Formats: sequence, C-alpha cells, structure tokens
Amino acid sequence: MFKRRRKTDDFAEEIKAHLELEADTLRDEGLDEEEARRKAHVEFGNVTAAQERFYLRGRAVWFENMMRDLRFAIRQLMKNPSFTVTAMLVLALGMGAGTAIFGFVDAALIRPLPYEAPSQLVSVYETVASCPLCNVSYQNFRDWQRMAHSFRSLDVWGYARYTVQSADGLESADGARVSDGFFRTLGVGPMLGRDFYAGEDKPGAPRTALLSYTAWQKRFGADSSAIGKTIQLDDVSYTVIGVLPKSFHFAPRGEAEFWTALNDPSGCDKRRGCHGLFGLGRLKDGVTASAASAEMEAIAEQLGKQFPDSNRGYGAVTVSLSDSVVGEIRPVLLALFSAAGLLLLIACVNVTGLLLLRSEGRRHEIAVREALGASSTRLMQQFVTEGLLLVLAGSMLGLGFTYVALRLLPKMIPAQQMSAMPFLLDMKMNAHVWAFAGGIAVFAVVLFALAPAMRLKRSNVREDLQENARGATGRAWKRLGARMVIVELATSVVLLAGAGLLGKSLYQLLHVETGFRADHLSSVVVEVPKSYKTDAQVMVLEQQLMSHAQSLPGAESVGFTVSKPIHSWDLGTNIVVPESAEPDKRHDVPERDVSAGYLSMLGAKLLRGRYFTEIENDAAKPRVVVVTQTLAKELFPGGDAVGKRIAYSGSGDRMLIVGVVDDIKEGQLDTPMRGVMYVPFNQNSWGSFELVVRSAQAPGAMLPMLVNAAHEVDKGIATSDAATMDEVIRDSPAPYLHRTLAWLVGGFAVLALILSVVGLYGVVAYSVAQRVKEIGVRMALGAGRTSIYALVMRQAGWLTAVGLACGLVCSVGASMLMRSLLFGVKFWDVTILAGVVAALGVVSVAASFLPARRAASVNPMEALRTE
Amino acid sequence: MPTQKNSDDRIALLQGTLDLLILKTLVLSPCHGQGIARSIQRQSEEVFFVDHGSLYLALQRLEDKQWISAEWGVSENNRKARFYSLTEKGREHLVQKTNEWQRLTRAMGLVLSGEEA
Repeated sequence: MFKRRRKTDDFAEEIKAHLELEADTLRDEGLDEEEARRKAHVEFGNVTAAQERFYLRGRAVWFENMMRDLRFAIRQLMKNPSFTVTAMLVLALGMGAGTAIFGFVDAALIRPLPYEAPSQLVSVYETVASCPLCNVSYQNFRDWQRMAHSFRSLDVWGYARYTVQSADGLESADGARVSDGFFRTLGVGPMLGRDFYAGEDKPGAPRTALLSYTAWQKRFGADSSAIGKTIQLDDVSYTVIGVLPKSFHFAPRGEAEFWTALNDPSGCDKRRGCHGLFGLGRLKDGVTASAASAEMEAIAEQLGKQFPDSNRGYGAVTVSLSDSVVGEIRPVLLALFSAAGLLLLIACVNVTGLLLLRSEGRRHEIAVREALGASSTRLMQQFVTEGLLLVLAGSMLGLGFTYVALRLLPKMIPAQQMSAMPFLLDMKMNAHVWAFAGGIAVFAVVLFALAPAMRLKRSNVREDLQENARGATGRAWKRLGARMVIVELATSVVLLAGAGLLGKSLYQLLHVETGFRADHLSSVVVEVPKSYKTDAQVMVLEQQLMSHAQSLPGAESVGFTVSKPIHSWDLGTNIVVPESAEPDKRHDVPERDVSAGYLSMLGAKLLRGRYFTEIENDAAKPRVVVVTQTLAKELFPGGDAVGKRIAYSGSGDRMLIVGVVDDIKEGQLDTPMRGVMYVPFNQNSWGSFELVVRSAQAPGAMLPMLVNAAHEVDKGIATSDAATMDEVIRDSPAPYLHRTLAWLVGGFAVLALILSVVGLYGVVAYSVAQRVKEIGVRMALGAGRTSIYALVMRQAGWLTAVGLACGLVCSVGASMLMRSLLFGVKFWDVTILAGVVAALGVVSVAASFLPARRAASVNPMEALRTE
Repeated sequence: MPTQKNSDDRIALLQGTLDLLILKTLVLSPCHGQGIARSIQRQSEEVFFVDHGSLYLALQRLEDKQWISAEWGVSENNRKARFYSLTEKGREHLVQKTNEWQRLTRAMGLVLSGEEA
C-alpha cells in the first residue's frame, strides 16, 4: 500500500503531454498551429485546479495542515521563550495544585469505601446530651441485635491494645475486638484462613485472632503457615485463624494489627452502664439511615424505661459509615478543593490574558495571512494548535507536580492522623485523577483557542494591515483585559481572606486557654504488666517509676494521670450530689485519676481549697476529689464547692471536694470547655497510665530517658506514645487541620496575588503603550507629568477598586460557606478583610506605578514623530 | 468533435461511470490519457463529454487501486506520453461491473418501456 507516491511534477508532465497530443490532433483536424494550442488549453479547462486536485488527492490534508501548524506553533513559542515559560509555569502550577487536591478529594470523597455495598453500612452510636456520638454498651448492643429490624446484621467493635513479644522485647500493639459477624457485615473476607465463626464471640469459646496484612508480614514473615499458630496477646494465647487482605482498612479504628473476637467480656462489657464499643450495621434493602435511626431511638427509649439506672437519658443514633469516616475531613477537602479551583481559574485567566496580549502583537501577521486567503477555519486551527501545544507542555509539567505532591503530601501527614484516614494511603495517579487533569486540559485548550479567535472575529483586515492602527480592536481588548483583571483581583481577595481567616483560626486555637503550662512537659504511656496482680503491687510499681523519673537529670516534677490533657473528654463517669435537692440527678463528668503532685506539676491554677496530699494517694484513705471551676458551678450553683460531698451514681461512698482549680482543657483544643473531676490515682487502679514530667531542659530530650527509666524499673513494662506536650498540641487533629489548611490556602493565595498583580500590570502597561501618542499630544498641549501619572493611576485605581469590591462581596459569601472550619473568628472578620484590601491595594498601586512612570517620562516630540 | 455548439446534447457522466468507461477503453490496447478521452467521446457518438482534469484524476485513482498500470512511452506521432494498460485485477473488475451495468440498464429499460406501453 505504501508504494512510492507519484510526484506532482510527473503529473504536470503528463498534462503537458496531453495538451501537445490534443494540439496535434486538432492540427490534424485542420486548425492552424496557434488555434490548436489555444483550443487544447480551453478544452482541458483549469490546469492549475487539476494539479491542485491531484496534489490534494488521497492526502490527509488536515494532518498536513496540523503538522504545519504544529511546526509553526513550536517556532512561535520558541521565538518568545519568556512568554512560553511564564504561560507554561502558570498553567502547570494551577493544574498541579488542582489535580493534587483532587487526588485527595477522590481518595476521600469519591472513591467508595472498600467494602461490599458501602452505602448500606452505618455506624451506630449511643447518644447523651454531653456526647452526641458516643460509645455503645455491650449489654445494650445485645438487646439491639434482638430488637432492631432495620439491619440485615448488626455488630460491634472496640479498641484494644495488646502487649506482644517481639524481637525488640515487649511492645504494645494496636488491636480491635469485634463481634463474630463484623467482617461479614463489612463484606470483607480474609485473604488467608477463615473469618470468625458465628458464635465465636461467646464467652468460653476458644480464643482466636485475625491478623492484619502488616502484622502477618512483620510478625510472621508473610508465611502462610502462620494460620493455626499461637500468639501471646497480653498473657493470653490466641490461635491465628486468618489474615486480612492488604487492601483492608477500617478508618474508625485506624491501623490495628490484631482483630480478636469479643469472647472475653471485660469488666466493662458486663455492666450495662459502661460504654466501650461502637456499633456497625448493614441496613436491609430500602431502609435509610434515618429510618434506622428512628427505630433505634425508640428502642433506646424502651431500654431506658427497662433499665432506668443505666439507660435513662441515653438515645441511639445511626449515621452512614461514610459520614462517620469522612464527615470531618469533607468540609476541609472541599475548602481546599475550592481554593485550588480558584487558583486554577486565576492561572487560566492569566494565561488567556498573556495570549490575548500576544495576539494583539500578532495582529499584523494574522491580517496578512487573512488577506492572503487563509480561511477563518484555518486561522482557528492555528490558534487551537498553539493552545494545544501550550496546554500539553503545561499539563505535563503540572502532572509532574501532581505526581510529586501525591507522593510527598501523605508522608507529611503525622502517623496518628493518617491512621484515621487510611483511604489516603493508596492515593496515586489513578484513572479519576487522569480524567480530571484531562478535563482541565480540554477546558484550557478551548479557552486559550477561543480567546484569540474571539479577537479575530472582531478584527478588521484593512485596519489591522495598517501598522499603527488604533481602532475598535484595541478598545475591545482593553475592555476584556480589564474584566479579566477584575476577576483575578476578586479571586485573590477571596483566597487571601480565606487564608487570613484560617490563619487567625489557627492562632486562636493555639492560644486557647488550656488552664495549664504546656511548655517543658513530656509524657509516656506505661502499660502495667499483667504480673502485677494486686493494687498494692501496682502502687509499689508506681512509686518506683515516680522516684526513677524524679531522679532523671533535668526533671523538675513528676506526675501520673490516666489520660493527659488536650486529648479527649472521654472516660466519663456518672456522679450525683447526695446532699442536695436532687440527690438522684446524674451528672456525666470526665474523670481523671491523677497522682498527688500532678495538678501542681501541670501548673493548674488552684482557685480554692487545696490539692491532694501524698497520704491521700492511697485506696485505704477517705475519698477526696478536686473539681474544676465549671463543674463546681454546675454542681453547686451559687455556693462554695469546697467541703461538699459527691458520689458515684449507684455507690454509697461519698467523696469530699477538697479543692477547686481553674478549668483545664482535657479535650481537643477546638471543643468547648467542660467540667472535670480529679481523684487520687491510687484510689482506683488502672492497667495503664501516663507518666508526665516537667523538666528544666528541652522536653524532647527527656523522652528516651523516660522510656529507659520505665524499662529499668521492670523490663516487662511496655511503653508507647512518648511525646512532648508541645508535640501533642501541634499534632492533635484540630491545630493540625487548621495549620495544614492555613498553609495550603495561604500558599494558593500568595500565588493568586502574584498572578493577579502581574495581570494588572500587563493591562495597564499595554494601555500605556497604546496611548503613547495620546499622552504625547496631551503633554505637547501642556499637561504636566503629575496629570499623566494621575491619568494612568486613575485607570489602575478604578480597576483595583472594582476588583477589590467584587472580591469583598464574594469573600464574605465564601467565608460563610467555610465557617464550620473557623475557630474563634467571625466569617466577616473586619481586621482580616481590611488587611487583605490594604495589602492588595498597596501591591496594585505599586504594580501600576511602573507603567505610570513610563507614561510620565514620554518625550512628546518623539511620541508625536512616531506617527 | 467536442465543440461548444452541441454541448446541450451531451450528458454529464454519472458518478462512477467514468472509471468503467476508462477500463473498457483499455481492454483492447494500452493508451494515453488524451487517446482515452477521444476514444470515449467517439465511441459514445459524442454524447459523453470527458472533463480532462477529472479524467487524469480518475486515471490516477484507478492506478492507485492497481486496476491499471502506467508507463511513460512514445506516441504514434513521436511524442512522449504516459501509457495506461489494464491489469488482471482491472479486467476482473471490468467484467463484474459490466454485468452489473447490463442488468441495471435492462431492468431500467423494462420498467421505463413497460410504463409507456
């Protein structure tokens, strides 16, 4: 098929031969020489047309044109490298940012959870006034299973932590306890071995465990003979029955190595009033989460009547699993995505502006081509090719940015946060991301090809052919350019205001009154080995740990707590005030069991009374308690709490309030303050606690020493979560999210600012260049430099003012949409908005000053001579 | 002789018929373009007028399809000319197309004359 193509010359030769032959024939028929020649030509018709048709025959003309356009476009782009590089970089930045954020959005919000029919899955919570989505009691769960009809299956899971023997000694590993049908409800099967049998979660059933893929690799070297082996979790033997697939993750729990059946009811599971689990259900076909919620609410009410002591006031609620997994991150990602979208918009507008400016410079060239017969379709094709080339180059660079961002960004997320967002782990350049990038690219090509084409439609060949013509096209371009600058400035205002609000939120968050001094504190979680059976043994261990930690170099004071501040308001307990008008009224109060010196070590402010003493740090002594101010006001409104007594609900033991401290933020920084009670550590006993040290030196240096000290006391002690309080505050979810958001949106905003100011500069500079002659005339007629400055600055000022005004209106709207992300800041925060306007105003004035100065330095004689 | 005066009596060639006429012309002996044009006009009793530009494009098309082959040679009056000859493939095509045409014209004739009767 690909034989050598016949040359056009050969064809011309043939036609020439034809004409001669025809002339010969005509001559034979009696015509004279000249007439024969003429007639042969006439008979043949248009020779050039035939040759052209021969040339076009069988050729992919469009392809040839495209190649020619492409070559021309490349030449054009190479000829003007500063334009090309700028446009490519701007486009790549916008595209990279947009696509990278889209990668996150896709991983978190678009891709379904990796379970069977994930839309049917729901989380089930118990709910009380102080805790809207709270843990579930095991006893209630069993009743729900029996009574609820909305679910095809209903299961529970709970946190677990196991001490495991590893090559490096004892360590603490994350685990989860689940009811027998948990994995069947999710629709996830083990990749090796088997799932739990139905009934395997009954007390007395043999103890079995499923391994996560990571645990299987780490602890069994990915050996399939792991199935059936025995593993020691704490001091109990479990048989490994299966390995979960590599892709399996369960975001609510985060990463967990060991999944065991609930068959070992802990103390908490036996009590209906103790809430330690979370519900997971699969709805029946056609049942909605809200219908299930309504049924659960009714069941909870019924149980409340049946078990008033434990269940009164407790409701139940179901929430779709995807909401409970990504509900919190959704507004964050949407805000980021919007910010990236705005940046992309500015980038596109900016490049369009550059292209327009360039097409203005090429007016003459285009007019010549049009005059020589290029059809508007052919000119259009040329523009499309140039746009395509630019977008192609920009996209490739942009996708490079995306690739790097998608690999680097997840690594920058602290492990603790990542554990709650496992869906981000397998984030990569998947089909969705490619499609999104493709969509942007197509949009950009259309925009970039359309802009010069629109100009083309308005242009006038005759006028454009005159070199220095200033006609309607110049004005039209100026109008378009001005509109684009207004869009850019307005978008920058929105982004800057958003970044400012988020930054201020972060500041407010980090300056929330915590009620203690967070500096120079370090802490480590210590697991009490199971060999310590009695309270007395545990107390001895604690004393040893205390004195060891106290003797560490740099240690100033040492304390224990069950849970450190800025963590959660969990560990609630119900208390009553027996000697009051309502002795049965229960108050849900977070309880912190702490050592005697703990509160003073934290730097809490003692408002009234006293702290515990060492002597009271003993289960045998009369029970005492320190409450925070909020709790004191709640329990004894108007009166003095010190000297009053409170008691655990359902227990006769009274506890004497010996002191009132100022409120301490036990929960996350962004949560409202709650009342807390502090009781002496040794009046209860716990399986694990936190050892907290205040040191003179940098707290980071204390951490390894603390871990060492614990191991010196007993090699069987497993430690975890060693961290300084500064780190805890820095990496806790609320500041982390705010900081990430503030930085990213801030980065986008700065880029937007630069782009829009460059855009403004371009428009003003162009208009000055166009008006050189006019300015010359004005100066020749006596206008001073000041009035020329004013002329240019007025135009720039007007653009800026309109842009800023539009931006202000839009940013109030945009900030209102993201007010759920703000902390301690109103969405119309005046200082932020004023700051943004002032900053943009100053930068804009600076950007328009340069062209204004050029205008003012025009030499009228020269300007007029260029005519 | 194709002249302007009898142009009204001439019939524009139907799409695709030119190919067939060219092939038919080449059955007896190879011929150059001008000769083919003359031959078609003569044989159709001057009814068909061949547009020379179209003829050469048609020749090229047939050559591309390998129904005819071409070679530069010398004409009877000693002029350089490009001579076309029918290939085996072209001959098969001609036979097939001729049959189709004959069936078509017979059917057309039957219908048209039948209606008049």
